[in-house]
Amino acid sequence: MKRNSVVIPGFGLTTGVTLAILSVVVLIPLASLVVFSAQMSASEIIDVITRPRVLSSFKVSFFTAFIASLINAVMGVILAWVLVRYTFPLKRLVDGTIELPFALPTAVAGIALTALTADTGLIGGFFAKFGIKIAFTQVGITVALVFIGIPFVVRAVQPVLEKLDPAYEEAAGVLGASRATIFWKIILPELKPAIFTGFGLAFGRCLGEYGSVVFIAGNQPFETEIAPLIIMSELQEYDYASATTIALVMLVASFATLFLVNLAQARNSKILKGGR
Amino acid sequence: MNFKKLTIASVAILSLALTACESSEEKGASNNAKVEKQTLTNVSYDPTRELYANYNVAFAKHWKEKTGKDVEITQSHGGSGKQALEVANGLEADVVTLALEFDVNAVRDAGLIEDGWVKEFPLNSSPYTSTIVFLVRKGNPKNLKDWGDLVKPGIGIITPNPKTSGGARWNYLAAWAWAENQYNGDQEKAKDFVKKLYGNVLVLASGARGSTTTFIENGQGDVLLSWENEAFLALKDYPNDYEIVIPSISILAEPSVAIVDKVVDKRGTRELATEYLNYLYSDEGQHIAAKNHYRPSNKEILAQYKEFDPNVNLFSIERFGGWDKAQKTHFSNGGIFDQIYEKK
Amino acid sequence: MSKAISKERQAVALKESKGSKAVKWTLIGISFAFIFLMLILPLITVITEAFKQGFAVYSKAIADNYTVKAILLTLEATFFAVVINTIFGLCAAWSITKFKFKGKKILATLIDLPVTVSPIIAGLIFLLTFGRQSPIFPLLQDWDIKIVFAVPGIVLATIFVTFPFISRELIPVLESQGTDEEEAAALMGAKGFTIFRRVTFPHIKWAFLYGVVLCAARAMGEFGAVSVISGHLRGKTNTLPLHVEILFNEFQYVPAFAVASILVMLAILILVARSLIEHKGRKKG
Repeated sequence: MKRNSVVIPGFGLTTGVTLAILSVVVLIPLASLVVFSAQMSASEIIDVITRPRVLSSFKVSFFTAFIASLINAVMGVILAWVLVRYTFPLKRLVDGTIELPFALPTAVAGIALTALTADTGLIGGFFAKFGIKIAFTQVGITVALVFIGIPFVVRAVQPVLEKLDPAYEEAAGVLGASRATIFWKIILPELKPAIFTGFGLAFGRCLGEYGSVVFIAGNQPFETEIAPLIIMSELQEYDYASATTIALVMLVASFATLFLVNLAQARNSKILKGGR
Repeated sequence: MNFKKLTIASVAILSLALTACESSEEKGASNNAKVEKQTLTNVSYDPTRELYANYNVAFAKHWKEKTGKDVEITQSHGGSGKQALEVANGLEADVVTLALEFDVNAVRDAGLIEDGWVKEFPLNSSPYTSTIVFLVRKGNPKNLKDWGDLVKPGIGIITPNPKTSGGARWNYLAAWAWAENQYNGDQEKAKDFVKKLYGNVLVLASGARGSTTTFIENGQGDVLLSWENEAFLALKDYPNDYEIVIPSISILAEPSVAIVDKVVDKRGTRELATEYLNYLYSDEGQHIAAKNHYRPSNKEILAQYKEFDPNVNLFSIERFGGWDKAQKTHFSNGGIFDQIYEKK
Repeated sequence: MSKAISKERQAVALKESKGSKAVKWTLIGISFAFIFLMLILPLITVITEAFKQGFAVYSKAIADNYTVKAILLTLEATFFAVVINTIFGLCAAWSITKFKFKGKKILATLIDLPVTVSPIIAGLIFLLTFGRQSPIFPLLQDWDIKIVFAVPGIVLATIFVTFPFISRELIPVLESQGTDEEEAAALMGAKGFTIFRRVTFPHIKWAFLYGVVLCAARAMGEFGAVSVISGHLRGKTNTLPLHVEILFNEFQYVPAFAVASILVMLAILILVARSLIEHKGRKKG
């Protein structure tokens, strides 16, 4: 603080308001979760989270969230690229629909996606001919998560791509590098932090997603049962201790993801600045 | 522009704080001054939506005739266990009408309902009963007649998850009872049977309504293990697509009703709440239950409704030593239900 | 100089355009297919299901008393979420980008945390903090303040899930803008608020509006967290998304999709607003 220019006023006020609202809305409620699970001993906690069903639900959640985020990373880069670099008819429309998953209630999305991908649905019926089931399998969960996560990657990559200094690309182009080489050697490395940010945010969001997944998942233990559903079922059994413990594990996971993301973002903003 | 915005924002925050205070004051006032219009909150479980929608109208009329007062009833529906938990957590319900005794006990354990609530109303506080039946597609193409047919290879079963749904616990126990009879009480064989049965389950929805949707709207599976009243409802909507199969043995499901003592004493609604639950046992209440496909506990009224097969062999939860015991053996963490999934 | 670059760029682009046309249209094709399958088709499903039994059934479902109450509650929760998050977003962005202090990174991470917290957990933590398990529950009861299973709880949960939406939009813009202008203004004797209004705000106006729009969109659609804390009291604590679920569970599929279509239309409205804002923002910025 002292090092910094104290000339700009408002540090006390803004930081104060920030911390106050943060405490009431986020910190105190989260702390109550920690306090609640702290009533358990370490061995009890380990006991809860190593139950085979809990472990397998973690596996399902992490696996599907990971795959969905990977798909999102690839599709997100393609979409961002198309939106930034090309002009084509209906571009504004495509751009506008990217945020749809934010705006559409997850439950509605879940119901609609289930109706589409069940083997009586439009898409599901098509794949059923080849013996592929989508709804009520892990594929279905992944589909729902791709839906939920796509805006995160697109909106993380898009601004960086826009601000990317074209000088290097041009130089490489003039020097005779092929477009593929330019993309892999010059553009992609610059995009990496942004992709990682988007990937991380999508991953974190997908990990906890509940509303849309319960409709499409089938909820079979050991196959399509996700961790948030386990939390729900522990709550219904009045087992607060187990529910909060599992919640805590997921919380730590999302905090870790986010911390990595923010590290990447720090680098990201450097590129954004440099691009100006 | 921005200054304006901030002013608006701060005014809004102030008004938020004020409305919060006001609304609580309003509530206090409505309890004391405006006695004419009373309110009652009934927290119930999923399949009783239609039942209480009809019953509340009838009861409001009855209460008006009896006392001259208007009553406004607020309903809440959801998975039975979840609903009980929310009441235990502070949801202000005057009465609970849940799927099983066990769930009402959870509210009792939170200190909201007094001990001995089961004896507060006639017939163990269950004014209507139901049972578990099979709903199959028209013509019964897979020829499913009894529990034994369900474990054949290639049969797709739809049932909710017993861990999250009250109704699904009845399903599970009904299957278990059949197997126990079949194998002369051999617990290992019964467990094996139930394991096979759940091996055939395609979708384990989190609630009874969810599994009905999966079966009907999304066309999954060959058979839905369902509440009798839910099966009748589906039949009413799609008379040409489904039929009901009644297994040789099933469970007598006794949904429980209770007054939430702490809440009615605080709100001064004990009289109203008591009458609300008592009226369920009246002739009119029983007829409404029957019309919504619940079996009335009044035997004479039950006999008037031909749709209920009187010959079905029903057993009660006492066979499993009551709910607390059944819950512990079968559905607790590491219980038999967990085991049948783990040994895969 | 910049003109020279852009000319050169055009030349490069021209040279490459023939070879990469195939790539271009393939990529555009993939994008369209993806957007159509993943985003548009679910929308169409909702709308067609909603009108399956004609307009009369549709309008009856919309005009239903409970539906109207649910709409009002959703708008109320959205309003408070936007207001609180606006105040928070502006303060947090100012504090984080204009000053250096210890623990800044942790602060930024904490602000983002709600995005990745499972909605179920979001509901659960408010239950633990204000519900019967909580040490302050008796206090709340004495004062007759209801938070969980009442409107304040729903508002809190909505604020939580949309918490970082505005600050996330503001921070990168403010960061890239640096602190020079504000410092200059401050040295010339401008007061804090004037600096903000005159110097900073014009830079962040569009990002800010964009954040507000996103926040409103997400607030309207929140399901999981609100579902845990609402208590599902019909006509009292039922938001629009919860009402959709209730109707769905009552086998009233057409009304369920009809109510869902209100949400879809609100979403589309918001997206149009968003795209207008961005368009204007680009022109000016």
